Amino acid sequence: MTDSPQVKHHGSDMFEGYPVDTADTAGDQAVTNYTINFGPQHPAAHGVLRMVMELDGEIIERVDPHVGLLHRGTEKLIEYKTYLQALPYFDRLDYCSPLGMEHSYVLAIEKLLDLEVPDRAQYLRTLFAELTRICNHMLNIGSHVMDVGAMTPNLWVFELREDCLNFFERASGARMHSAWFRPGGIHQDVPEKLLYDIGQWCETRLPKLFGDAMSLVIDNRIFKQRNVDIATVSKEDALAWGFSGPMIRGSGIPWDLRKSQPYDAYAKMDFDIPVGTRGDCYDRFMVRVQEVYQSQRIILQCINNMPSGPIASLDRKVVPPKRGEMKQSMESLIHHFKLYTEGFHVPAGEVYVATESPKGEFGVYLVSDGTNKPYRCKIRPTAFSHLQAMDMMSKGHMLADTTAIIGAIDVVFGECDR
Amino acid sequence: MASPAPLVAPREGVGAALVKLLGDDLVEHVFAVGEDSITVRREAIAGVMISLRDNLDYQQLMEIAGVDYPDRVERFEVVYHLLSVTKNHRLRVRVCTDEATPVPSIVPVWPVAGWLEREVFDMYGVLFAGNPDLRRILTDYGFQGHPQRKDFPLTGYIELRYSEEDKRVVYEPVKLAQDFRSFDFLSPWEGADYVLPGDEKAGGTGEAAGKGAPSSMTAQQVKVADDKAEKKAPPPTPKTTEKPEQTGAGKAANKAAAKPIAEKAPAKVKAPAKPKAAAKPKAAVAPKPKAPAKPRKPKAGGDA
Repeated sequence: MTDSPQVKHHGSDMFEGYPVDTADTAGDQAVTNYTINFGPQHPAAHGVLRMVMELDGEIIERVDPHVGLLHRGTEKLIEYKTYLQALPYFDRLDYCSPLGMEHSYVLAIEKLLDLEVPDRAQYLRTLFAELTRICNHMLNIGSHVMDVGAMTPNLWVFELREDCLNFFERASGARMHSAWFRPGGIHQDVPEKLLYDIGQWCETRLPKLFGDAMSLVIDNRIFKQRNVDIATVSKEDALAWGFSGPMIRGSGIPWDLRKSQPYDAYAKMDFDIPVGTRGDCYDRFMVRVQEVYQSQRIILQCINNMPSGPIASLDRKVVPPKRGEMKQSMESLIHHFKLYTEGFHVPAGEVYVATESPKGEFGVYLVSDGTNKPYRCKIRPTAFSHLQAMDMMSKGHMLADTTAIIGAIDVVFGECDR
Repeated sequence: MASPAPLVAPREGVGAALVKLLGDDLVEHVFAVGEDSITVRREAIAGVMISLRDNLDYQQLMEIAGVDYPDRVERFEVVYHLLSVTKNHRLRVRVCTDEATPVPSIVPVWPVAGWLEREVFDMYGVLFAGNPDLRRILTDYGFQGHPQRKDFPLTGYIELRYSEEDKRVVYEPVKLAQDFRSFDFLSPWEGADYVLPGDEKAGGTGEAAGKGAPSSMTAQQVKVADDKAEKKAPPPTPKTTEKPEQTGAGKAANKAAAKPIAEKAPAKVKAPAKPKAAAKPKAAVAPKPKAPAKPRKPKAGGDA
């Protein structure tokens, strides 16, 4: 301390009681807290996140996340669209798990309509919701690992993500913005070969490649140093800050909407809920890793027990008829025309439907006034609450830990900003 | 419940517990479409939230949503969605307010309310008294107005673009090449509560209009009606006209089509008269292309 240039800490009493020469000497630097911008263009911010950070040296004193840079007014736009026209907006919320977003919305409409959905549609929706979960976790796990310095696992798990996207394409025709879940069921049936291929993939390629990639990471010393005991969140904090999904399970609360408030075919599925023990970034990461294996179990159960039958409700006042039917029947033609112009009417009422999206509780608060357009559609994003806790979580940590914390939140701004 | 929406069991005795706990602060308790919602006095919201959290185990605040009803005196609803992870139940708490009257902030109860209240303020202009950081959150820096209000146009007032001359983003008033088109699908005769003469079947039979059809029933009434219908008949298969007997028409009246049957195979027609209706048209159709072939043969022979 004596021969190195002295550093005067502002408001610090760390030298109290010691005979320290406090007189200014040449080369003295007064270090004050300073403020930096993290983002809005930062590869580790997972999108357009601007964080105004107040630092004391490398220690984070305060974080003020500025969100809304990707705000597109989705909720306002939905109020001007019919129920079916509003559906594709949900794909564009969390563009890493599009089908998970559609899920809450179609369930909300079906709840207001009190509409029955055939078994096969429920199973297919469950199957693809879980495939979406794997797809989402592959992106998050890969990018989280890369944010803290590992390159290879990301490349490997992106192979798996690519496989998932190919499956979506084979089912719906679109890799990402599927618009495949529809009120009353799904849009199109899947070919049998697709189910077979997904099953094969789940049994062979997924466990092998994913297991290989994770074997590089989960016991890795550097990875643990970057994640263990970073941003520890207690159970009480997790509840108070509105956490959900892997964030609340990482803190040790076994809360999963698929189990506690089952929807579609989840009540018939057998799966476990992985929970963390310490509530740090490493636990959140490991919860996601384990969830991939649970999703794989659910997918295989769905495929093995896949019922046959219609893939959407046969109520022609809600679900439009297929084109082949239209060519044969005048009534189908009328239904088709009415449903794609006027759309269906939803009885007046309000519901809040939340599903376990890959990132947590994704809710839709739908207010209907009995017309063909939603009166109000409030979207409850998962990342909004999680990101708000950024200040609480990163206080006292180093600047470099920010990337690990953001990675473990699993934030996607399409959903956060709407 | 018929729909596959998330199953939340109704919480036993929650109505009585709410009345006992909240007393005069509770304005209304409604159980509709399987969800509990209460309206409380605006001034009491912070205290209500504390008692709901501490006495009725609603540990989590998941969402605060604003809703705008311009026709009402107090036009805004602020809707809080609570979740109990121990009782596995959701509760919706509602307060009403207008542009000027602030709602007491519940940030001291749940820190997560901070941003959620900021969003409602940003989108609707509802003020929250006691929120330590009531800034805009989702809209642009320097944005004016509250975009989710029903009287705010969908297109907004300001648009921005990158100006090549100024080398920066410039803000300009919105110029639309085409007016925004809003189609009104609501017809005055749908949802009327009287029966038009000659239209008794629509309303007079006592059955609800089909799901998805315009109806004056609320979602709760629909649900009650569905629950009452003990054994629901499977949804009818759509009407198609793939087979002739589905058309409802009688036998083929076309003489040309009937001729070959009478000439060629009268026995065949008679045999499957009743049991197989589908076979009949086949028999009628099959000889048709052959019929012209027959007369051709003698013709060909005559030429040679």
